[in-house]
Amino acid sequence: MAGIRIDAIEKRFGAARALEQLTLDVEDGEFLALLGPSGCGKTTLLRIIAGLETQTSGRIFIGGRDVSALPPRERGLAMVFQNYAVFPHMTVYENVAFGLRMKGAADAEVKKQVERAAGLLHIEPYLERYPAKLSGGQRQRVAVARALAVQPAVLLMDEPLSNLDALLRLEMRSELKSVLNSSGTTTVYVTHDQTEAMGLADRIAVMHKGVIEQIDRPQALYERPATRFVGGFVGSPPMNFIDMPVKAGLARLGDFANPVSTGRDTITAGIRAEDIAVVERGGLPFDVMVCEPLGSTLLLTGRVAGQLARVAVRPDAVVAPGDRLNLEPSPGRIVWIDPANGKAIGQAA
Amino acid sequence: MTNNRLLPYLLIAPATVFLVLLFVVPLVQTIALAFMDNGVASLTNFRKMAGDLNFGLSIGNTFLLVLAVIPLQICMALVMAMMIQKLDKGRDLVLWIWIIPLGISDLAAGLVWLAILQDRGYFNTVLNMLGLVDGPVNWLSYEAPVSLFVGVVLAEVWRATAIVLVILVAGLQLIPKEYGEAAEIFGAGPWTRFRKITLPLLKPSIQSALILRTVLAFEVFAVVYALSGRNFPVLVGEAYAWQHVNQNNGVAAAYAILVMAISLAATVIYIRALRTPPEMQP
Repeated sequence: MAGIRIDAIEKRFGAARALEQLTLDVEDGEFLALLGPSGCGKTTLLRIIAGLETQTSGRIFIGGRDVSALPPRERGLAMVFQNYAVFPHMTVYENVAFGLRMKGAADAEVKKQVERAAGLLHIEPYLERYPAKLSGGQRQRVAVARALAVQPAVLLMDEPLSNLDALLRLEMRSELKSVLNSSGTTTVYVTHDQTEAMGLADRIAVMHKGVIEQIDRPQALYERPATRFVGGFVGSPPMNFIDMPVKAGLARLGDFANPVSTGRDTITAGIRAEDIAVVERGGLPFDVMVCEPLGSTLLLTGRVAGQLARVAVRPDAVVAPGDRLNLEPSPGRIVWIDPANGKAIGQAA
Repeated sequence: MTNNRLLPYLLIAPATVFLVLLFVVPLVQTIALAFMDNGVASLTNFRKMAGDLNFGLSIGNTFLLVLAVIPLQICMALVMAMMIQKLDKGRDLVLWIWIIPLGISDLAAGLVWLAILQDRGYFNTVLNMLGLVDGPVNWLSYEAPVSLFVGVVLAEVWRATAIVLVILVAGLQLIPKEYGEAAEIFGAGPWTRFRKITLPLLKPSIQSALILRTVLAFEVFAVVYALSGRNFPVLVGEAYAWQHVNQNNGVAAAYAILVMAISLAATVIYIRALRTPPEMQP
């Protein structure tokens, strides 16, 4: 078992900066998700931790040991690849055994560990088959079993579920969580899917353009995004951002007013779709454009003073496009954002 | 509808007609030539071929050449292909330079090496300058079979390794890099990765390269002819001699049939020995 320390890692490709002076600590046994849109540098960071890519500057420590200059095989980690990378010319058994064989483990030990890992991932019936005979989900299990068989100190996963169909992804997600919980392996998990990150991770690092925008527990990230980007990227539907003029320390729009502490004359209110109540009178005027029944809620898309907004209301609410509703956001759950730099500011109320 | 169904056949018709006229018909004629004597079926031509002084020699030489050249070429091409894979910049330029010999006809290649290795060639000039020999050495004479053989091997390797390289480079590019990366993560060093991952996954390409090169190596002629005349008899060289010198196209056809049979046998052996079962394919 080992924690990971990423110390001022920077990666440049020619003039382009993929990662900017990134510092990050992953606790021993922690499950950390690197979440971000494609091109944000999350996979590059993972590959630098693995040693498959070389950082331009900075250092990586695994279990207190400086591994910055070591080849991947000397870093004591295992990895699951997006396209599985299960060797096609070896049986499932030999795939799972690969890491142990490379370490020169005795046959009895190999057998024991392969059977343990195969049991965890429920692939015992396929051990003698070749990967070409397996479905995508089964291959993914083989890839995870191969990683767990070596009992790694650190497990790296690069979008491991993105090639699976939606239903299988949900199933594998909960299974992964229970397997990794019981093994207590330090895990770094790259994904662009915020539901996956929310569901799996102890902490999430949200990355954007080569920097970490925020790192926190999933719920905290959801409720208190540090930047407009995080609010917009985490959660579905994304957070609403409504610009409000500020006068005499009050942000005011329609009949809604809330004290704020800002020197600017405009402020952005970040409001989650479910943190809004429909009231009889007052509040924010909302013109409904589209109604989407989602089963558990009715999602309304419309405009508040010309700005796009989404509101989740009770599924049995009677609303039609063209209606005007009055909205009352719950004040304690609004995230106030400085429109100039996109950063959240301290709560006034 | 009918037109649409006929269209594919119409489109492949020219190529088919071309091949039937210029390949199948001559093949049948060659077989007929080889197995007929004065219009009757007979093995006379084969008997004449087998009874010739150069027959055993040419078979021995051809096989010796194939056994020396093919493994050397496969090993060299593998090393070169792996080296090219490691290059970031200038990869295309290096590949381009390495495959230049592909554009040179085998006779021209033979003449190039003749210019190097003959009595007053470049090789002797250099040796003379270094003071290693007194006068011109005849490397390609029938009295120096070893140096003659080495000369032919050198020319063949120089000329025909590039085609093996091209096939192997194409094959390597088909192997997703994640396999190598996964092996690296799980503890495999460079040599183990090559042996356990690259080589097995490259097997279909190696098979193609071996078949192509071996078939062509059994047909070796122009390079040998340029360097040695008939001092180093090979099978196709004998066919040529029977056709043009002895004016006996029956025996020449028998040689052609023999070369074809050997090539077919080699191909069958490669296909069997290097088979990749479908379940082990990516």
